[in-house]
Amino acid sequence: MATYSTNEFKSGLKIMMDGDPYAIVENEFVKPGKGQAFNRVKVRNLKTGRVIERTFKSGDTVEGADVVDTEMQFLYSDGEFWHFMHPESFEQIGADANTVGDSAKWLKPEDVCQLTLWNGSPIIVLPPNFVIMTITETDPGVKGDTSGGGTKPATLETGAIVKVPLFVQTGETIKVDTRTGEYVSRVKE
Amino acid sequence: MLRLRARWLARIRAFFSARDVLEVETPTLSSAGTTDPHIHSFATAYSGPGQRHGQRLYLHSSPEFPMKRLLAAGSGCIYQIAKVFRDGEAGRYHQPEFTLLEWYRVGFDQHRLMREVARLVQDLLDQPSLLQDPEYLSYAAIFQRHLRIDPHRATVAQLKTCAAAQDLPCPPGMPEDDVDPWLHWLLSHCIEPHLGRDRLTFIYDYPASQAALARIRPGDPPLADRFELYYRGIELANGFHELSDADEQRRRFTADNQRRVARGLAPIPPDEYLLAALAAGLPDCAGVALGLDRLLMLATDNAALEDVLAFPLERN
Repeated sequence: MATYSTNEFKSGLKIMMDGDPYAIVENEFVKPGKGQAFNRVKVRNLKTGRVIERTFKSGDTVEGADVVDTEMQFLYSDGEFWHFMHPESFEQIGADANTVGDSAKWLKPEDVCQLTLWNGSPIIVLPPNFVIMTITETDPGVKGDTSGGGTKPATLETGAIVKVPLFVQTGETIKVDTRTGEYVSRVKE
Repeated sequence: MLRLRARWLARIRAFFSARDVLEVETPTLSSAGTTDPHIHSFATAYSGPGQRHGQRLYLHSSPEFPMKRLLAAGSGCIYQIAKVFRDGEAGRYHQPEFTLLEWYRVGFDQHRLMREVARLVQDLLDQPSLLQDPEYLSYAAIFQRHLRIDPHRATVAQLKTCAAAQDLPCPPGMPEDDVDPWLHWLLSHCIEPHLGRDRLTFIYDYPASQAALARIRPGDPPLADRFELYYRGIELANGFHELSDADEQRRRFTADNQRRVARGLAPIPPDEYLLAALAAGLPDCAGVALGLDRLLMLATDNAALEDVLAFPLERN
């Protein structure tokens, strides 16, 4: 992997620090009136999402992190791994529960997700922004209420629970925004 | 912004004219550059009559050397508003080309010159907070106040411990045998942001190892007659009670070049004209360089130098 000089630092650059991949969020050139210049950076740990600050001596080099974002289709989960396939190369990759994290409840077979790969292994799995899912269970709505203000919990095919309007019934298909976990609309089949 | 800059230039000229300080111009191109290992001069070459093979010339990083030659020749007090050039410096508070106001006062020491700097800056900045008296603190006092450490006696190990206790980790690859890089890091990251919050803050009496072109007062510890001015966490000016000993100046040039070579940087030829002028006799004087662009940035509540320049580096 390439190394980068502090002169190449800019937000978005992926570098290695203490064995973990980081993305530069902010880079500031700091030079006291006397002595060495420094680069003061804010970096986000790509595995944990935590943002920390570091300083480097200007002109030093840092190892680049082999991190790429790629779109892959979700195939199935065997309980231990979630399996994805590259839509063109058909290459398959498994991500463990730790990596998939909270995204697991939004993963539906055939949906295209964004995977962040570090040295070829997945470290982040992001579901599509919107998913279409069938409701497997929800309390029957109050008779006659077709549009009212209230909501009720509904369980989806993947096990995710979202709040839906009272008129939405078991067996119906809905669109959900995975970034907020909120119901968007009913989907007519 | 253009108008304010133009007004400032007129006010600066009036300020010095009222004090009988003469405006001068010295060359931007020079056969000798600064030897400071942390300042990188742009180099170019002159080819033409008298120089068939090209003569290496540096764009000055400050007009200090030729101004001292004028002082040695008997110019009396002088000032200059000059564009200066430093390679490798671009950031929120840095541009590779910027405007310095540099002046020299014969018969002044660092304390008297600090007070004159304060007068000029308060004259340019019309801000109520600056009506407060400026604050004058020694280098030792600010380290004591902010980090509870004695910068003149602390060892690398102690500075390292002090740095480790800060929220911000020190960069990798800091030397184990030199206290100055640790002092610079602690000052720039842990102290400077707190300096000059609501008034002008002057720092003086630097460690002898950071004397640059200042005199060193013998003592325990020996101290450099150097000062810097901070306002809202930003360094605005750097001044010296000027070194006038040619032999000592030559030793500092040589030591700088040894450090340059150790770092893999090309040595810079020492300015023999300056050394000859010092040998002939520099009058007792103090001098200071003030970054006009930074001051303009603070006066107009801008966050970056590029906001006060007609055409910053990215748009040159």
